[in-house]
Amino acid sequence: MPRVVVDVMPKPEILDPQGKAVLGALPRLGFSGVSDVRQGKRFELEVEGEVTDEVVAQVEKMAGTLLSNPVIENYVVRVEQDA
Amino acid sequence: MKVGVVTFPGSLDDVDAQRAVRLGGHEAVALWHGDHNLQGVDAVVLPGGFSYGDYLRCGAISRFSPVMTEVVEAAGRGMPVLGICNGFQILCESHLLPGALVRNQRQKFLCLDQRLRIERTDTPWTAAYAEGQEVVIALKNGEGSFVADTETLDRLEGEGQVVARYLGENPNGSLRDIAGVSNERGNVVGLMPHPEHSVEELCGTGTDGLGFFALATLAAEVFA
Repeated sequence: MPRVVVDVMPKPEILDPQGKAVLGALPRLGFSGVSDVRQGKRFELEVEGEVTDEVVAQVEKMAGTLLSNPVIENYVVRVEQDA
Repeated sequence: MKVGVVTFPGSLDDVDAQRAVRLGGHEAVALWHGDHNLQGVDAVVLPGGFSYGDYLRCGAISRFSPVMTEVVEAAGRGMPVLGICNGFQILCESHLLPGALVRNQRQKFLCLDQRLRIERTDTPWTAAYAEGQEVVIALKNGEGSFVADTETLDRLEGEGQVVARYLGENPNGSLRDIAGVSNERGNVVGLMPHPEHSVEELCGTGTDGLGFFALATLAAEVFA
């Protein structure tokens, strides 16, 4: 069944306290060389039938309406075949 | 005056808000998230809590509940709507108010006696206060940091839509120390602190929050 993935990330100008907390924890665990972490969300939508342009357009609409808040987040929609 | 208080699954402060409404001298009407019905109320309070478990984003699911269709429509007609904490988040998600609320800068849930300055007093919810009045109101939130782009912030300041600001140390990272905002018209107000917890001397931080539930100008309009 084809899968449509929506990645939602906080906008670059929005402070991401969760990402910052992860960034702070890494050196404490001995990991070095990471200069920034930003935390987002990934949605996997299992779609019935073929993923047509229409379906992608629908998912774009879902992403902009419910899955993300356009005031603070950006999203990317992509199709994964044979997932 | 009949003031409706909406209960969503996960609302915590609905009963406190009802009590504050009564202490303010009005009739509290319990409204249910699943009803397309405001039961003829004159104003609506969206209370604090964790509606829908804060799943997805705070307020993101509540925004689509049946009662919110009615609240958005009524707000458009000028009905006073006050969103407290989670209610503020719901109002932002509903686009009734600009901006959004994100996790506190220091990641910690806060519970404080917070000093505030009331900056906009020509709203039905803040008419009982003097402009610039300093009050102490309970603040408790995990995702209370108000954010918006610079253009929006400038517009809010320019149009006088900042209703209240934090005094002293900024508790949660809210941009420009914003604790509450209104829409342009002033009938819709969102506030991160909890005035319904500051209405009695016996418990809480004094009675500075009572003014939010006086709704005096509104009563004057309705009974005029």
